[in-house]
Amino acid sequence: MKKFLNTPESVLSDALAGMAAAHLDLHVDQDAGVIRRAEQTRIGKVALVSGGGSGHEPLHGGFVGTGMLDAACPGEVFTSPVPDQMLAAAKAVDGGNGVVFVVKNYTGDVLNFRMAAELAADEGIEVQTVLVDDDVAVQDSTWTAGRRGTGATVFVEKIAGALAEQGADLAAVAAIGRQVNEASRSFAVALTACTTPANGKPGFDLPDDEIEIGVGIHGEPGRHRQKLAPAREIVASTMDAILAESALADAGQVIVMVNGLGGTPLIELYVVFNEVAALLAAKGVTVARSLVGNYVTSLDMAGASITVCRADAELLSLWDAPVNTPALRWGL
Amino acid sequence: MDIALTRHWVQAIAEAMDEHKDRLTQLDAAIGDADHGANMHRGFSAAATALETFQPESVGQLLTKVGTTLISSIGGASGPLYGSAFRAAGKALTAPEPDAAQFLVALRAGLAAIQAMGAAVPGDKTIVDAYAPALDAFAEELDSGGDLAHAAARAAKAADDGAHATIPLQARKGRASYLGPRSIGHQDPGATSTALIFEALAKVVTP
Repeated sequence: MKKFLNTPESVLSDALAGMAAAHLDLHVDQDAGVIRRAEQTRIGKVALVSGGGSGHEPLHGGFVGTGMLDAACPGEVFTSPVPDQMLAAAKAVDGGNGVVFVVKNYTGDVLNFRMAAELAADEGIEVQTVLVDDDVAVQDSTWTAGRRGTGATVFVEKIAGALAEQGADLAAVAAIGRQVNEASRSFAVALTACTTPANGKPGFDLPDDEIEIGVGIHGEPGRHRQKLAPAREIVASTMDAILAESALADAGQVIVMVNGLGGTPLIELYVVFNEVAALLAAKGVTVARSLVGNYVTSLDMAGASITVCRADAELLSLWDAPVNTPALRWGL
Repeated sequence: MDIALTRHWVQAIAEAMDEHKDRLTQLDAAIGDADHGANMHRGFSAAATALETFQPESVGQLLTKVGTTLISSIGGASGPLYGSAFRAAGKALTAPEPDAAQFLVALRAGLAAIQAMGAAVPGDKTIVDAYAPALDAFAEELDSGGDLAHAAARAAKAADDGAHATIPLQARKGRASYLGPRSIGHQDPGATSTALIFEALAKVVTP
């Protein structure tokens, strides 16, 4: 394992200290395990809190700031945060009109956020949860834990965060978050496994000429593996999986994210984006907005995920609203 | 079961998680995300530390404290599941020093909490696959006149067998379920850590 670490145990606290030093408009409370805006929440503004295991940076801490999250709770690497963290975050950022929890559908995140929501209710804070489950690599059936939450989390946090900034109430902010999730579908392909600092070696063995199809964002293996193929073929089968589960109307508009999993250079992500754009154009679908870069990573995993979100004028307008976070910044 | 013995149990679990953390993590790497060993070790170390300065009036209070500490320190799915189990077990105990039958009631409350939260049933390749047979064996031994030590020993054996029996199962809950049929052929890390917890119990109650 070759990584920039002092010790594997201190990776999270060292990285959080680095975030605090780098981003002065964030307040990082190491004891509580909460990253929040340095500025207090405006009275009456609905607050957005998310969180999850670390190792997906910039998700979630990199999306804390004006127009997006009010606070994020980083867990240990690939381990959901504990309820105490979300409770502390909710108490710190509640503006009096309630808190929306944005939760990726993983059993650990779901259970810990559920406990936190109960604790917050005990303290008089109204919480609504938006569950993100956009990953079509997992069949949503009673025989699995349901589709995973992956790339759409960025869309949910951006769009619901924009609506909250405009002063919408708790129910409306939660509703648009759920609407974005419903409109979004993702699929990821890994070229390599990732190495957690604690484990010190790749999470699964992948031969040099094989790729893992349908991976999640925690280094867990995917649905199956196949031989490496040209980008055009990989993207075509990936988009087939996405389009099979999303009702993309002809001539509709979409927001597309081609997301790097941490170890893939941007030049390759643009190769992928080119194929995605060509496929959507051939189906008469307009790419209205796009993101290309590393937004929801899996440590050092090489690979990419594609997220497609059907967007109407309202979603696009909220997407374009000003945002000022370490990882997304525009319209200011 | 008295307070001193229960303290020893938690201490023994913490030692077992330390000793087996790499094995648990390797099992988790195969079908999950390679953190179960580190998480369980962190949680039970925190619980053992919390108990050093905690002076409970009953076994129930002690177990409740362990559960609360696990929820606050493990994270992942294991934190709420094991934490709720210990809390439910603690709250089910009214006698300050329960006998074996009362202790079984508490252990059953723990399993019920896990199933209520995770909705897992036997055969889903989870903690339940070790926990449920352990309680059946514990109850059988008590019914046939056995004492706590014998019941705990049989429960430990049944939990370990149950954990091994998860190998051919396809996971239907938790992160391993994403693998579908590829989860077959691997022992479930959660069932394995449950077996360690029952093994620790057997160890401390055996005179």
